Amino acid sequence: MSSAAETLRRTPLYDRHAAAGARLVPFAGWEMPVQYEGIRPEHIAVRTSAGLFDVSHMGEIETRGADAEAFLQRLLSNDVTKIADGGAQYALLCKEDGGVLDDLFTYKLAPGRYLTVTNAANHARDLAWFQQHASGFDVDLHDALADYAMLALQGPKARELARPLIEGEEPPRMRALEGRIAGRPALICGTGYTGEDGIELLLAPEDAGSVWDTLVEAGAVPAGLGARDTLRLEACFHLYGNDLSEDRNPIEAGLKWAVKLDTGFIGVDALRDFEPTQVLVPFAFTGPGVPRPGNLVKPDGVVTSGTMSPCLDYGIGMAYVPVASAEPGTPIEVDVRGKLRPAEVRSKPLYRKDK
Amino acid sequence: MSSEEYPDGLLYHAEHDWARVDGDTATLGITWFAQDQLGELVFFDPPAVGTQIQKDTAYAEVESVKAVSDVIAPLSGEITEANEALGDTPEKVNEDPYGEGWLVKIRLSDQGEADQLMDAAAYRQHIGRG
Repeated sequence: MSSAAETLRRTPLYDRHAAAGARLVPFAGWEMPVQYEGIRPEHIAVRTSAGLFDVSHMGEIETRGADAEAFLQRLLSNDVTKIADGGAQYALLCKEDGGVLDDLFTYKLAPGRYLTVTNAANHARDLAWFQQHASGFDVDLHDALADYAMLALQGPKARELARPLIEGEEPPRMRALEGRIAGRPALICGTGYTGEDGIELLLAPEDAGSVWDTLVEAGAVPAGLGARDTLRLEACFHLYGNDLSEDRNPIEAGLKWAVKLDTGFIGVDALRDFEPTQVLVPFAFTGPGVPRPGNLVKPDGVVTSGTMSPCLDYGIGMAYVPVASAEPGTPIEVDVRGKLRPAEVRSKPLYRKDK
Repeated sequence: MSSEEYPDGLLYHAEHDWARVDGDTATLGITWFAQDQLGELVFFDPPAVGTQIQKDTAYAEVESVKAVSDVIAPLSGEITEANEALGDTPEKVNEDPYGEGWLVKIRLSDQGEADQLMDAAAYRQHIGRG
């Protein structure tokens, strides 16, 4: 324990988190805020106003060169040629057998210049995988982990709050623009992981503190990784390590939409004619209890994510279940430490705001 | 949420549980320290009345958004009542851990066990608030 604690990395915002009374916990090798005031109030702030997350533990890999597009097309499951300049795209990084190494957002900064955001726990392995498969491609790979801090400003009031602080254009959803916010240069991205509108910011680490302060002064509520997890689960976004792993492929994970079979990516041959026996589905408890990862679904299946939904006030989760049980409305039972809890398969997202 | 306190007159267990002993019965709950560590409680499944519980072993679970925690019995006995109101309002444990946030009442099977528990001053020391 002590040796792990000694090697935990801290983001440029660590002192601000500590001063704000955040509960800091080890997460993927980083010391990260899991909550400030509480997961529920932070969750609600993001659903009703604007929350600000430090996600500087996320890694980045920059791919540059004449073959950058062809190289990423070989590695990523989605069709990289469809990313416009200043565009963003979600994809899986797969092994030859289709198992998922990571799920990633890639931003096309310019022709021949891409930035791929990695999960903290997978960054080193992703980078090695990129390097290992680069031979024969005219690409320059750069580990950009230390180049960026990353903030996510999310919620129905996020854009309104950020707008007066942005110099120049504001990116639409799924677009990224190099611009300035709060006087500092940033890659401003219309992306997020909460199911709300908002922006994500990639900044120089030394600029992160002042931008954080300006956004908080403007009314953004600091929110921790605890709320980030409950928000993404209500929205049914996958979490690598829970819902995605090397032992599951994108078809089983319900991510066929991010798999383009004619692009020749590593793993495509295993996926082309793959017929899943289990698939990942969202579910909700119809009675009491809280599902947790690792709970077994009866008669067959396993929960990979579970929590008490702060917006819905009942247990929700995602589980791999037999294809025959995957239809929304199908009743299932979840074994929560020996108690069988009634649940039903739902459609995505689990939480949808009333329009 | 409530402010930190450890009332005199209660007995405390090292696993952050309290007992209010009254003759051969006791009311049990978790301490302010425990609820603060857990964060806002979102679920408490009351154990069945009539269940025998054993000092130092888990008799119930409380759940926050992030985690499940066992609740350890500070004393042994038979559950005579469970706080059913927490089914709908588990956050009462955070708001009033020694009052409305009580968990169960038991009939003690060994009144002598109470001697092994801490008083408020000793518990404060135990959690580094001495």
